[in-house]
Parts: sequence; structure tokens; C-alpha cells
Amino acid sequence: MTAPGAGGLQPGAPPASAPHPGMPTYLGMPSFPVAARAAVADSQLRANLTHATHTIRAKRAGAVAELADWEQLRQAAKEIKDHTLAHLDTYLLRLEANVTRAGGHVHWAADADEANAIVAGLVRSAGADGVVKVKSMATQETGLNEALAADGIGALETDLAELIVQLGHDRPSHILVPAIHRNRAEIREIFRTQMPGAPAGLTDDPQALAAAARAHLRQAFLSASVGVSGANFAIAETGSLVVVESEGNGRMCVTLPRTLISVVGIEKILPSWRDLEVFLALLPRSSTAERMNPYTSTWTGITPGDGPEHFHLVLLDNGRTSALADQTGRQALRCIRCSACLNVCPVYERTGGHAYGSPYPGPIGAIISPLLRGVTSPADASLPYASTLCGACYEVCPVAINIPEVLVHLRAKVVDAKREKTFSPERTIFQLSGWVLRSPRLLAAAQRAAATGGKLVARSGRIRRLPPPLNGWTETRDAPAPPPESFRAWWARTRGTGR
Amino acid sequence: MSTSRDQILARIRAANRPANRPANEAAGAGDDADAAYATLPRKYLRAHHAPASGGIADLFAERTADYRAVVERVPESGLAAAVARVLAQRAAAAPGPFVVPDGLPSGWLDALSPAIALARDTPPLPAAELDRMAGVVTGCAVAIAETGTIILDHGPGQGRRALTLVPDFHLVIVRASQVYADLADAFARLVPDPNRRPHTLISGPSATSDIELIRVEGVHGPRNLHVLLAERH
Repeated sequence: MTAPGAGGLQPGAPPASAPHPGMPTYLGMPSFPVAARAAVADSQLRANLTHATHTIRAKRAGAVAELADWEQLRQAAKEIKDHTLAHLDTYLLRLEANVTRAGGHVHWAADADEANAIVAGLVRSAGADGVVKVKSMATQETGLNEALAADGIGALETDLAELIVQLGHDRPSHILVPAIHRNRAEIREIFRTQMPGAPAGLTDDPQALAAAARAHLRQAFLSASVGVSGANFAIAETGSLVVVESEGNGRMCVTLPRTLISVVGIEKILPSWRDLEVFLALLPRSSTAERMNPYTSTWTGITPGDGPEHFHLVLLDNGRTSALADQTGRQALRCIRCSACLNVCPVYERTGGHAYGSPYPGPIGAIISPLLRGVTSPADASLPYASTLCGACYEVCPVAINIPEVLVHLRAKVVDAKREKTFSPERTIFQLSGWVLRSPRLLAAAQRAAATGGKLVARSGRIRRLPPPLNGWTETRDAPAPPPESFRAWWARTRGTGR
Repeated sequence: MSTSRDQILARIRAANRPANRPANEAAGAGDDADAAYATLPRKYLRAHHAPASGGIADLFAERTADYRAVVERVPESGLAAAVARVLAQRAAAAPGPFVVPDGLPSGWLDALSPAIALARDTPPLPAAELDRMAGVVTGCAVAIAETGTIILDHGPGQGRRALTLVPDFHLVIVRASQVYADLADAFARLVPDPNRRPHTLISGPSATSDIELIRVEGVHGPRNLHVLLAERH
């Protein structure tokens, strides 16, 4: 009854261990600067990322340039999403009514644990001990695979990149292409050693690797009794769900099993069918630089004689209502998970996705994760700083999320949270600076001290590491050595004659 | 109903208190969602290509072929002969019957060689049986020239979704009159009806960009998409 092999698969990511609610998969991750230091030193990773992100950047620009009205589409998408968020309760209730009328069942999950428990219960009552899955950010976020494994239910990822990640006991590092950190030779090696029945003499030709995945998953698709998906869009007006994909694994999962369970964030909703003319123009061009992705499936509840006999929609909050309550941050809920911002980000290009410690990496992850989880953990408090604020992400965002604005806003929140602590070296330094800068005599003395101190710690004009409590500054950057003589001292010595 | 439902709705309403809304949203945030929705600005182009220019069929053929579908343009009068030729070619490469959905226009299969075996989907064929088919032949609901997309609404002549998914070869017949210039026009004809039919949008054969973000064709869906664009002459 279940997908063969699904029950025996090990979940790809390490088990949840820390007390933080919400995204259990990534707990205990080090903060961004610590993780990034290791990632930046990995030359293979950097080569893979540079190759992939540069390839897609040029292609995306070409696909976008084909539409003369790109900016107007982007503006319309932003307005539609803002409007939907402002009336989210109305549209969710409308969606619920229309899905129910079409023969589906709607469940509401306040957090990740509740969503996972609902899914596990539905799988059990379908009499299955395994599911086939379409790639879904919502179930990455809830750590569904690990939760199902703990319940004795195997989850088989069917998206090629998710399969690579799952077989490699790895973590996803990109929203669209979770195995972007792997090149073809590494993927061949994962398939050769981890994929049961991998063809002998498998080459690293992407076509051959795709064919191996097709053969590997075929039987699972044909015999699966439960499919689990997310959705790119949910249409309130009709109760329809929309899944946008390339490989056909999505079509398999939403069509062939007898039971379909879709876990969907409450912000994925669109008011009406017509809105798809905007979002299906923006999403494929932004994510894979295609005019249209190979396959898009829509379905409305149950269709007698075609597809699943049971359909369950799990609406997920898991911090989204907290993000909605944040006046500046709520715009992040417009996100359609295209990943264009990752592909243009100079920071993501160098660190890769794992350093962000969340299923949502890159610029959008740097705002989404703290908005959903809060800024209390060191990892989340470090994310708003994982950016140069260059603004490339805002420029390519198809729903015009002003990511730099939200980053700066979240930095303020992080600082506010720190203010409650008893001692802050940063605050003490600024208080001292204020005092020194008010007095010319103190300033001159401080400059002399800095010149002397600089000679002690600088190497070739750069300071690579400052002693505590100043070490925080040099953790992520070098500091220039102070000049041996300040302008004031030079003027006093030479009166401007230069001698 | 459930407490989580009440809790989520209450949290949304609290977050959307007028005082908590960004200033630029205030205009569209009246109590009547539908009235506010109707006023949303949509300044994008309804069409990127003028249908009157007559180039829509050309554009559709070019864009569909761009994603590695095989596209042939045939006169309506030569359609049955073209179907017979394409299926004979496929049968030579992959033996097995072709599944045909109910409601396929009469005449499309009139010229088949007796060597071509057909399978009907009544009663519905199990998925494993579909996996043994040489291919499937269908019509479509509409098509989009701008993006090279074929849309099935799984009505008569198109079959349930599994038919055009499991077999590795899909021959789809598109009449030139079914091709719309743009997404918006095509979608306006597809609003889910009371029968709640699903839709499948197809743009080229199954593909993936998951290895190094390079597109390669051929994963789980039909690896061979053959399009006959039938035109009146």
C-alpha cells in the first residue's frame, strides 16, 4: 500500500534538539558569522555556488526583459498580496468554505507541531506507513519528515534536488534548488553510493542523473497511497490549489495517491482565479528564468473519477500572524518563494544556504526566519546582519519586498532586545566616545593612544583581531590600523608646511 | 470549530487593526474586501501580442519548440494522416498500445495502420497498466503563444490526469483557434466550473534545473511531447 522503500529511509537532516518552537530541523545551528566563516573557506562550495548563481542571473534578466510591462506586473502583484494580507481572515474563511464545498477537508495548525500531528494522524487513518512528497517549503519549515519518522512513517522526497539532499543525509541550501551546493560529480557519487539500484556505470551527465531518479522513483509513484504537497497559491474564490513545478513529480503526488494532504502557509492565498495571470507571469521567470515552468497543476477539492478520493488542506500559521503584526516586516508575507533574491545576493553567493541556519536562506531568509521565530536566539539575532544592504534583492523581487528596509528594521529590534541586558560593550564604547569627542584634550590623548595601540596589533596596516571586548568588531571584518600620527598632531608639529 | 482556527483568526484580526496597518494599505483596507479588491490597480498589459497580426500560431510553434517539444504544423485536412504517421514512428521505437481518452474527436484516428493498438480508459486503467503504454493521444482546452503552453482541463478528449502523466509519450493536437496570445486571455477561459475540473499546464516535456541550475529535459512526466498544430488553410 505504501511507497516501497519509503518506510526505511533515514530522514536527511539531524534530529531536532533545541527548545525553540517552529523550525525544529535547524536547531542548534551556530550564528551566521560562525557558520559563514567555515562556508567561505570551502572552495568547492564557492565554485559550485558561483557557477550556479551566475548562470541563472543572466538567464533571469533575459526572461524578465521579454515582458515590457514587468514593472506593472510587479506592482500589481504587490498590491494584490497587500490587499489579501489586509483581509486575510475574510479570504481564509472563503477558501475554507469553497474547499469544503468541493469535497475537501480543512484543518488549521497554529504551529509546526500541530501541523505535523495533523498530517501524521491523517496518514495513519489512511492506513499507510509512508508518503510520497512534493518539494514544499512549508513542510521543510515544520520539520514534517523528522516528525513523521518519529511516528514510524517514511517520507520519500520526490523532487530531484530534495532527493539528492535526502540521499546525501544533507540539508537543503536553496529555496528552489535545495542541492545547489552540490555539483554533478558530487551528485553522481551520492546516487552511486546511496540510491538503491543505481545504474552501474552512472555518469555525471545531468540527463543521466535525471534518468536515474526517474527509474528510482517510478514504482513509488505508481503504488503510493498518500501524497503530501505544499501549494504555491490557494485561490479563495474557487477553493483551488496550484502547484508549480518542472519534473512531473508534483503531478504524480497530487494525482496518483488515493489521499492527498497539502500543507499551506496562510499567506499563500490569492483572492481570485484571475490573479494567476499576474503570478504565473512573475514566478517562473523569476525562479528558473523560464517563460513558463514545464508543469502547473490546479485542483479543486475532489474530482470524481480523476485523482485522489480524499483531500485535506492544512492551513499553517507557525509565526505568520506574528509577522503580520509587524508593520514593517509584514511585507515579507508577500513572498512567493521564487528565490531570485538568493541568486543575486553577494553574501549568499559566498556563504551558501546552510550558514543561514533555516530552511529559508538568503536575503528573504534573513528576514523571514527572524520574523517567524523572533530575534531571541543567537542565530536569529545574527541573520539581519547577514547582508551588505546592497539592495540587489529588492530590485529583483517580483513582489517588491523591500528586504533592506526590513533588515534595518530587524537590526533595530535586535539592538532593542540587547538593551535589556545589564552590560553591553557596544553601548559602553559609544558612551565613552561621546565623552572623549566632547573634549579636544581627551580626543588628542585618545588619538595618541590609538596610534601606539595600533602599532601593537596591526599587521601590514590591517587589524585582523582585536582583544575582548572589542573582538566582536573584527569577527567579521578587518579594521584599518590607526594612522601613526593624527592630523591634529601633524598640524601642531609642522603648521602645515609638510616638514 | 477547532481552537487553533479561532486563535489564528483572532491573531490575524488583531494584527490587522487599523492602527497596525501600514499607511499605504489604509485605502484598500476597508471592511468590504470585494469592493477594495475591485479597485486594485492592474496597469499591466492584457496582451503582449496583437491577435490581429496573425503571428500567434507562428509564435506558439516557435515558443513550444523552444522548450524541446516536437511541433508540427499540419492542415486540418491532413490531421488524421499526421496522427497515423507520428504514432507509427513512436510504435517503432516503443512497442505497446496507445491510450485514447473518451471524447477524442472522430476522425483523428481514422488513418491509423492496423498494426497500431489502442487502449480505452473505460473502466479506468490502473497506473501500472498506463506505465506499459507506448503513449497517449489527446486534444487540449486552450494554449498560450507567449509562453508556449498547452492547457488541459481534462474534459472530453483529454482524459483524466493520469493518462497524460504516466505514459512516456504524449501526442497533443492543438487547433490554431485554441491558441491565445497571452496568459490572461487563456486563463479567463478556464475558471473552475461547477464540475471542478482540474487543470494541467504543460510547457514542453518534463524537465529539471536541479543540477547546477541547468535545464535538462526528461524526469518524471512524459519525456516526449509531440504537438500537432492543426490549421485551416
